[in-house]
Amino acid sequence: MQFGIFTIGDITPDPHTGKAPSENQRIKDTVKIAKHAEQAGFEVFSTGQHHNPPFVAPGNPPVLLSYLAAQTKKLVLSTATTLITTMDPVRLAEDYAYLQHLSDGRVDLAMGRGNTGPVYPWFGKDIRQGIPLAVENYNLLYRLWRETEVDWEGRFRTALQQFTSTPRPLDDVPPFVWHGSIRSPEIAEQAAYYGDGFFHNNIFWNKEHVIQMVQLYRQRYEYYGHGKANQAYVALGGQAFMRENSQDAWNEFRPYFDNAPVYGHGPSMEDFTKMSPLTVGSPEQVIERTLEFRQWVGDYQRQMFLIDHAGLSTKTVLEQIDLFGEKVLPALRKEFAKGRPEDVPSAPTHEFLKARQAAGNAPIAGGGLGSRAYEERQKAQEGESE
Amino acid sequence: MELSFESTDPFTPHTRHIAVITAGLSDPSSTSLLGKQLAEATADALSQRGYRAEVEHFELREVATDIADSMVTSSRSERLSKMINEVEQADGIIAVSPVFKATYSGLFKSFWDLIDNDSLTGVPIQLGATGGSPRHSLVIDTAMRPLFSYLRMRVMPTGVYAATEDWGSANPDPNSNEAYLSRRIAHAGDDLTDVVTRLAPRPRRAPSQPKVLEVIPFEQLLNGSDK
Repeated sequence: MQFGIFTIGDITPDPHTGKAPSENQRIKDTVKIAKHAEQAGFEVFSTGQHHNPPFVAPGNPPVLLSYLAAQTKKLVLSTATTLITTMDPVRLAEDYAYLQHLSDGRVDLAMGRGNTGPVYPWFGKDIRQGIPLAVENYNLLYRLWRETEVDWEGRFRTALQQFTSTPRPLDDVPPFVWHGSIRSPEIAEQAAYYGDGFFHNNIFWNKEHVIQMVQLYRQRYEYYGHGKANQAYVALGGQAFMRENSQDAWNEFRPYFDNAPVYGHGPSMEDFTKMSPLTVGSPEQVIERTLEFRQWVGDYQRQMFLIDHAGLSTKTVLEQIDLFGEKVLPALRKEFAKGRPEDVPSAPTHEFLKARQAAGNAPIAGGGLGSRAYEERQKAQEGESE
Repeated sequence: MELSFESTDPFTPHTRHIAVITAGLSDPSSTSLLGKQLAEATADALSQRGYRAEVEHFELREVATDIADSMVTSSRSERLSKMINEVEQADGIIAVSPVFKATYSGLFKSFWDLIDNDSLTGVPIQLGATGGSPRHSLVIDTAMRPLFSYLRMRVMPTGVYAATEDWGSANPDPNSNEAYLSRRIAHAGDDLTDVVTRLAPRPRRAPSQPKVLEVIPFEQLLNGSDK
């Protein structure tokens, strides 16, 4: 089980002072936060991708992640999310492979479609084509990382003849990919088809939907023959604010919650903590709540927390990370390990993927021999030829 | 895990589920009253044809803040989820709004804004509206009808508009042909029942389960034939 933090790079005024950090400050502090997270015992740091204020998450995450690769030792560098809809898959193939080399394989990605409408037209795309863009772009990216001479033609970018993406992925093993979606079954299906991971950022969505999407992904993962349903790779989001004393946490976080662009001026903090995984309280309460996620989705691989948001000062964010490191993570590791079946895999690392590929066990997109998907295809073909 | 089931009881095969959505602001309200009467008329018409009516009434005023919260944060309260769940599975819908500023109320529209575009395709709906003056009676045809046409629902040809004065003329002479409110309500119930009973009952799912996710096999998505 991996634990990580993810950032959306929001520049939000502190409700007590009305002052927002400068872009420079926020960017430099993001680096500080990532390094602190590594020291506190988090395994993963993910950054969002943004193209509009009030965010300073990078427009191309490898820019930040490459810098972090040089500043950290063990941290897995990831995204939440990489916009697969508006980015050119060729540039994604190149930039993330480059990052893979610089970081010695400490990189994976979560693909997302993006929920900011105007971003699509800014990049010459149409939001109504969100799913087809995600499907076509990822298919090209997948091939660019696995084939050296690619002939390709699609609807959304210029055709490629005998194209070789460079650099090649580290050890010829592409980075692991998670596909993120809150409510589109097509994306859960996409993740299952390729044998990739599924990331449900459940910070805004009711647990019934989380359960349903993850279940769908797991069932289809098994259908495509990549393993049993409980062996599929699942990552979840979450967010927490804590102090030793629960009431202190509530009092301190409330003005931030009430004014944050993503939460504020909507439901009360009482209602929102019931409806979403947001936990405000003591470390014990955060532990208890996070452990519930396993009851929703089964044993899973990665838990991400959103911590640096809503205008909280960097000092407070670092304190939160310390509380996680001292109290929450050790308890979660211990509890999550209990009763976890032997055959449920950990989150894939570069070394794991390298060994899996060398053993000839890399997932076959769409399902290889022996999978139900394969059998059904065979039957359908026999039916046609009769 | 099985996510859906057909709960049409084999011993009472003729049940039809009717969901009533009213957007009145006060309690009691004439909008809510019209909704109840339309539901009764529909239940009567159904039972005359040998069907059992299961009617659920929903007052939007009770979930007004839930609706607003849902719009700004995309999180949905449990009671609002239950309501939407029930509306999405209904065999027939009765929707009644007060007239504000020459159209349906903002609360009424906000609720329908939360419904998925394709979840009510083909579902019969009877419309009603209430207002202070009979001069707003075309609101059903000029404002409400397009909203439900957009959702590709089967909108009944004649809605029921009740102005203040309609509530004061409740005892029609049975021999008169005048279009008293009670007569128009009975007619509307008949209309809705005609269509509801011509259609097969819609599949029901367990109350706690959200809509079943439809899987489009990925090969199909990849080949661009997702439509």
